[in-house]
Amino acid sequence: MDFRSSERVAGPSSEDVLPPSTVAAVKVVIVGGFGVGKTTLVGSVSEIRPLTTEETMTQAAVGVDDIAGVERKTATTVAMDFGRISLDQQLVLYLFGTPGQRRFWFLWSGLFEGALGAVVLIDTRRFEVSFDVIGQLEERNVPFVVALNSFPDSPTYPLEELRSALDLPDNVPIVECDARRRDSSRDVLITLTRYLHSLAVTSEAS
Amino acid sequence: MNQPSDWELDNPERLYVITRGRSGSLVQALDLVTLIVSRSAPHPGMQPEQAAILRICRSPLSVAEVSAYLRLPVSVVTVLLADLLAEDQVEARAPVPAALLPDPALLQAVLHGLQKL
Repeated sequence: MDFRSSERVAGPSSEDVLPPSTVAAVKVVIVGGFGVGKTTLVGSVSEIRPLTTEETMTQAAVGVDDIAGVERKTATTVAMDFGRISLDQQLVLYLFGTPGQRRFWFLWSGLFEGALGAVVLIDTRRFEVSFDVIGQLEERNVPFVVALNSFPDSPTYPLEELRSALDLPDNVPIVECDARRRDSSRDVLITLTRYLHSLAVTSEAS
Repeated sequence: MNQPSDWELDNPERLYVITRGRSGSLVQALDLVTLIVSRSAPHPGMQPEQAAILRICRSPLSVAEVSAYLRLPVSVVTVLLADLLAEDQVEARAPVPAALLPDPALLQAVLHGLQKL
């Protein structure tokens, strides 16, 4: 008996394959704290069920007694969910829901390089976690928009108050979003694309 | 989650591979969204992971998707792909180069695609 035949075959289903004419891909990163709704947003707009890529991170075990005196390492796996939207027959967009803790971002080499831009998803119940994330994007010159994901007990702040609290320039869009809804999540991506277009046209003119 | 005082962060260097482009060889980095397309079928005696890549990349598939379906870290997948690329068993379709971003025409194409959702 061939035991291997009982293994599930890995790979995309027939509905999930890209047309052979697909030649280029672009990426958008969704950033934000734990539990803010990144995977929910990705899942709402993705044409495939969100997939997960994992990277390992080694951790030196400090203060662990070892007879041989050898420093022991353990590996931790960090996961990142992502989805996909085919834009046309040649071009596909990938959306990466980055890990909540930004130090894990760098396990995926080049995650932000070449990205079109980012969506900073914020839970207004704890928006302070966004400061660090926004700072990282600004440092890396990754253009972004801010989307406020609403939860049942979310306080509503006037947008301008949030803008000032986050120290954002006037031209950075801040929009409301329900990450569970496809149309709302799509609109966030459209807002980002239009914003990026305005930046591109402005830089071409100068 | 345990928070020991001493974390060692793996920060992998980007793996650059030499691929044959229309205008000759070019060195490119394998990005998460580089699209991989098989040029040949797996042959007997081939390393199982490489055979699996050839099977699932019959249609274009991103490096990230290869990692997800094969349940291998991207860092491992890129090494496997480097070998397959060197032997011309797969083709790499690079993402839109960063130098071209942001290109207004590209952004229009993205916008039109999103509006169809």
